[in-house]
Amino acid sequence: MLLRRVVITGVGTVSPFGRGLDNLMDGLLAGRSGVVELPALAEITGMRTRVAALVTGVDPMEIPRKFRRSMSNMSVFATLAAQDAVAMAGLAPEQLSSGRLGVSIGSTTGSPQTMEEFFREFNADHSLERMKSTLFFHIMNHSCASNVAQVLGVTGRVLAPAAACSTSTHAIGYGAEMIGLGKQEFMLCGGGDEFHPLTSGTFDIINAASAGFNDTPHQTPRPFDARRDGIVCGEGSGILLLESLDSALARGADILAEVTGFATNSDPGSIANPDTACIAQCMRLALADAGIEPGQVDYVNAHATATEQGDIAECAAIAEVFGAQTPVSSLKGHLGHTMAASGALELAACVEMLRRGVLIPTLNLDQVDPACAGVLHQREVAPRRVDTVIKNNFALGGVNSSIILRRYV
Amino acid sequence: MTEQEIVAKINSSLAEEFEYDLAAMTPETTLFEDMGLDSLDVVDLVIVLETAFNMKVREEEAIRKIRTLGDIHEFVIAKKRQLEGDR
Repeated sequence: MLLRRVVITGVGTVSPFGRGLDNLMDGLLAGRSGVVELPALAEITGMRTRVAALVTGVDPMEIPRKFRRSMSNMSVFATLAAQDAVAMAGLAPEQLSSGRLGVSIGSTTGSPQTMEEFFREFNADHSLERMKSTLFFHIMNHSCASNVAQVLGVTGRVLAPAAACSTSTHAIGYGAEMIGLGKQEFMLCGGGDEFHPLTSGTFDIINAASAGFNDTPHQTPRPFDARRDGIVCGEGSGILLLESLDSALARGADILAEVTGFATNSDPGSIANPDTACIAQCMRLALADAGIEPGQVDYVNAHATATEQGDIAECAAIAEVFGAQTPVSSLKGHLGHTMAASGALELAACVEMLRRGVLIPTLNLDQVDPACAGVLHQREVAPRRVDTVIKNNFALGGVNSSIILRRYV
Repeated sequence: MTEQEIVAKINSSLAEEFEYDLAAMTPETTLFEDMGLDSLDVVDLVIVLETAFNMKVREEEAIRKIRTLGDIHEFVIAKKRQLEGDR
């Protein structure tokens, strides 16, 4: 339970639907897919998947070279999203550099692209002589967080949680806790990731990447669907500006939603396979943190990446905790799995579902897998008053996370 | 390679690397004040010169005294002459 109430006053997104929350929502509400065929993947021996959800419509040149030189794509995405979140929140430069604002932004790893470039050169002749000075700043694990802090002139805390697909849910949860404890007044929270064949390959190797829809990329991934065949990797960044309620009220900020609960737990049963009991426990811990009962949740935003085991385990856990009356959907069908960005991008969409009073369905869910029955699947865009949302993310490594949003009243 | 060609190659290489206006580059242009470079950029500047002219200059004492584009022009021209003399 947070000692001080924490609210969201700014949101920035860079996604396969382009830059900006409105573009994200337009794509989601229109039922579009951000997934495309990537023929270059076919040139990699052993790679069966040929689809990915790539960011469109951003111009890295908007960022001055002085800052851009230390950025790979993931930091570019995070920086543009953070700038938009700050602009939406209406924070002034003196607030950014007041020491009361911190940054909590993570990624799965440092830049895989820069890492590849380094080792390509290094392995050629074991020489460092052609290596640029800014290489380290691309590959360090806190690249997104530090680059955002540099661009915005942030002087508060810098935190870079890393837990693969749970990364940005962690980043938001830990940011909320820092504000709740009174350690910071504002936190820019979220995650960023850039696409690299290594990411798709990671899932392809363990037979968890979608490979059956390479010629019809918009038909995959298919969370909860009987024909689902795995993850489609994506990229992007979602950044939320969290703020103490007292601060938001004092400066007359537009309050978008309140973060009321967060939980994360570890599943030591397997480093790869999700466990229903552990997932259910994570959601229950989040409900307890928010001080609410399952019946008070209006919508479950599932992690559901369209893997065989993950969707079944999550569905069973949701059914166990919430029964079959609470609408459930996954946004992976539209956005693919944007990895460390997914928690924040999908939570940004949840904020908008709260504000707009609408539910977004699971794209590509044509026929529910009988093993994923037992919950109320949201099948179409529907107007609905939504007061409380729970959002799940589960990561390889056995790291579960859930976060609870509430309409601010 | 004439001295003019060397100067042109230096300027175009640095303009591209540091996204600086080629037309604004004169021998008097200072690296730190005018071009806004810093210590990290100087590391990359050396790599740019080494790559453009296929030579090793990182450990040269003279490179530490460079302040202007003109200093770079003189340094590279002298270095190339020295290398050609060595052959």
